[in-house]
Amino acid sequence: MSDRQVPLLALRGISKSFFGVRVLDGVDLDVAPGEVHAVVGENGAGKSTLMKIVSGGYAPDGGTVEFAGQPRVFGGPRDAQRAGIGIIHQEFNLLPERTVAENVYLGHEPKRRGLVDRRQMLSRTRDLLATIGETALPADAVVGRLGVAQQQVVEIAKALALDARLLIMDEPTAALADHEVELLYGLVRRLQRQGIGLLYVSHRLTEVFDLSDRITVLKDGRRVRTMPTAEATAEDLVRQMVGRELSSYYPDRAAAEDVGAVRLSVRGGGNRKLRDIDLDLRAGEVLGIGGLQGSGRSALARALFGVEPFTTGVVTIDGTPTRLRSPRAATRAGVAYVSEDRKGEGIAARQSVLDNALLASRAVFPARSGRAARTVRVRELLAAVEVRSAGDDQEIRFLSGGNQQKVVLARWLALDPLILLFDEPTRGIDVGAKSAIHDLVRRLARAGAAVLMISSELPELLGMSDRMLVMRDGRVAGELPAGATEEDVVALAVGTVREAAA
Amino acid sequence: MQLLQRRPLPPQLTRVRLGGLLPLLVILAVLLVLVTVRQPDFLAPASLMSFLGRSAPIILLAAGQYFVIVSGEFDLSVGSLVTAQVVVAARLIDSDPSRTWPVVLVMLAGGVLVGLVNGLITTRLRVPSFITTLGMFLILVGAVYLWSNGAPKGGLSEEFRRFGRRAFEDVPVLDRIPYALLVLLVLATLAVLLMRSDFGRVLVAVGDNPRTAELSGARVRRTRTIAFMLSGLAAAIAAILIGGYSGVSFQAGAGLEFGAITAVVLGGVALGGGRGSVVGAMLGALTLELLFTLMNFYGVSGALRPTVQGAIILFAVAVSTRRFTSR
Repeated sequence: MSDRQVPLLALRGISKSFFGVRVLDGVDLDVAPGEVHAVVGENGAGKSTLMKIVSGGYAPDGGTVEFAGQPRVFGGPRDAQRAGIGIIHQEFNLLPERTVAENVYLGHEPKRRGLVDRRQMLSRTRDLLATIGETALPADAVVGRLGVAQQQVVEIAKALALDARLLIMDEPTAALADHEVELLYGLVRRLQRQGIGLLYVSHRLTEVFDLSDRITVLKDGRRVRTMPTAEATAEDLVRQMVGRELSSYYPDRAAAEDVGAVRLSVRGGGNRKLRDIDLDLRAGEVLGIGGLQGSGRSALARALFGVEPFTTGVVTIDGTPTRLRSPRAATRAGVAYVSEDRKGEGIAARQSVLDNALLASRAVFPARSGRAARTVRVRELLAAVEVRSAGDDQEIRFLSGGNQQKVVLARWLALDPLILLFDEPTRGIDVGAKSAIHDLVRRLARAGAAVLMISSELPELLGMSDRMLVMRDGRVAGELPAGATEEDVVALAVGTVREAAA
Repeated sequence: MQLLQRRPLPPQLTRVRLGGLLPLLVILAVLLVLVTVRQPDFLAPASLMSFLGRSAPIILLAAGQYFVIVSGEFDLSVGSLVTAQVVVAARLIDSDPSRTWPVVLVMLAGGVLVGLVNGLITTRLRVPSFITTLGMFLILVGAVYLWSNGAPKGGLSEEFRRFGRRAFEDVPVLDRIPYALLVLLVLATLAVLLMRSDFGRVLVAVGDNPRTAELSGARVRRTRTIAFMLSGLAAAIAAILIGGYSGVSFQAGAGLEFGAITAVVLGGVALGGGRGSVVGAMLGALTLELLFTLMNFYGVSGALRPTVQGAIILFAVAVSTRRFTSR
């Protein structure tokens, strides 16, 4: 954006501390009307605090916020909303039982003689949706029945109904499937054309490059740099975020001699969501599972862990037919599973780091003696996976996503599992922790574990896997060797090529 | 197979965590001071010991309720279970001392059985425990009236009653130690040990996030059912003490379920599960009992008890919600 325009938002020297810890330190940032300004940085870099300051959630300790040319002090989120700043959170804030229009105008419904004027509410919502090119979304649809992408549109419309001129989007694609991301791109561009400024927070660099006009990198609460997107490269950004080269991003693959015997095999596996699953997983390898959301990737991992077991077919572990009827049975058979829903299924948020790490050991192999030794072992594991916390007694909910995930990993490593199933192990995790988890996964494979890893992020899938299975409609659509391209995976996932003989 | 090089750690001392209990201890101390101001004799060993013995049943019920609440459920049936147990015990013993011990065993088994039924209905039939145990409450009340034709029959033997009313007399320093207090100390110790065991830690994790617990290999339904059984067992023991102390009546256990829940909440245990200690729950019960004693000394009508309990529940939950949602 050119410097001649008056910025819509101008932050100058923003600082904020919590309990004496400096979270933001003199951050400057501008957003021009119609500009998409991406903010990137590791978790803990201060992105969310900065967004909360802009949207009125926190008051800064130092510095000024100017919006539309006027200095502002927001007393709270409502103040910021009224001024024209909307925020779209990662988790939506919608009433699932109400219609699109009711959600959009929640709290400021158009009234006639003191009663809600439904007709006007519907027509205004339709107009609003039309201005952002979302005519396909019916204003009277019940929100709970809409897909995630459409719910996001409702959130955006909700902000626009309050005349937002600046929208903050926090990891907007985290919940979206790949094809939905395209739709969001379109919407962002239409918002841009209307002169709305966007602050775009994301971990996914691809999006940042596709969408933004400028990029600001935050690290440890300071602004490292702001640059036009055209002048930035992915390598630069990663280096500025973590101080590390992109080339060292993925650990080396398994050498042929490291891959051992078949540890887990499935023949003709099927259940409500899966059909005809044939699969061999070898000791020492990382088998990547690709495919669109809903293609059966997660269902496969959950079947192998006994969450929704196979109802047909045979599973053998180390040559022995095994029935994995429950997570407990699977755990006893040496299988470990890291769910994609860390908050909902991975952690017990209010328990300590140590209690979380001990959970599976305690639940499945309760000890009458030797508990102290077991605790020491788990503490050592927590240190080995490099969990950063204020101590093992800290509640896990206060840790960053990446550190939470490491604790979940430690929980399973304590049982020395033979087979590890990872479903999106790095979702919502910052770049530094991400590569630590990649390293861990690879080290586990090298130590002889058989690893199955699901990922929606193609670079991750391609970078980590020794070979890949791509799922489609509950079946294995095909197998790809290491060195396959993103196009190969996508082609199998959407079914544009004939299924390769597996 | 060892997957990762473990990193040796410097030895660590296990810290005693008092932080969560501090507010409660302060309240307890303040109440104690207020009581003593009014009734200086209260701190005399004999009266203090009697107070503790008298408080034993509600403390035990609070511990039982704690197991259920920390696992994410509720047990509203304990009050009527106590009543039922007392009335049934009187009729079975029928003042015959030789039946004392068999009946005690029947009561313990009965408590566990009621807990088992509560647990199975809640976990297998997926009836919310609030409803399950409310149903059980009503069933027990009705069944006891039916069984005894509207008036308690029989009587408790002196052997039975001594648990609740007798004490070791003429003990040096402490003057007297009620049997009830000894029972309480033994069971409280067991409760603390249980919560430190693997079972106890898994129980709390189940209350915090049952999905996570299940996917870590825990048997969530079984764990919760055991919690209900422990609560039933606690009710049976409380019934033995209460029957001994105050005798047989249809009012023996009236309102105790709310007393226990109030105590647990006062002890800093989160409704909905996953947070709080059994020590806190028991101290909560002690605090509540002391508060009632105070009200008594200051001539406040006993009829205000439910009102006070209600206010405490609302206040304590509001405070803890504020404390735990703001990061």
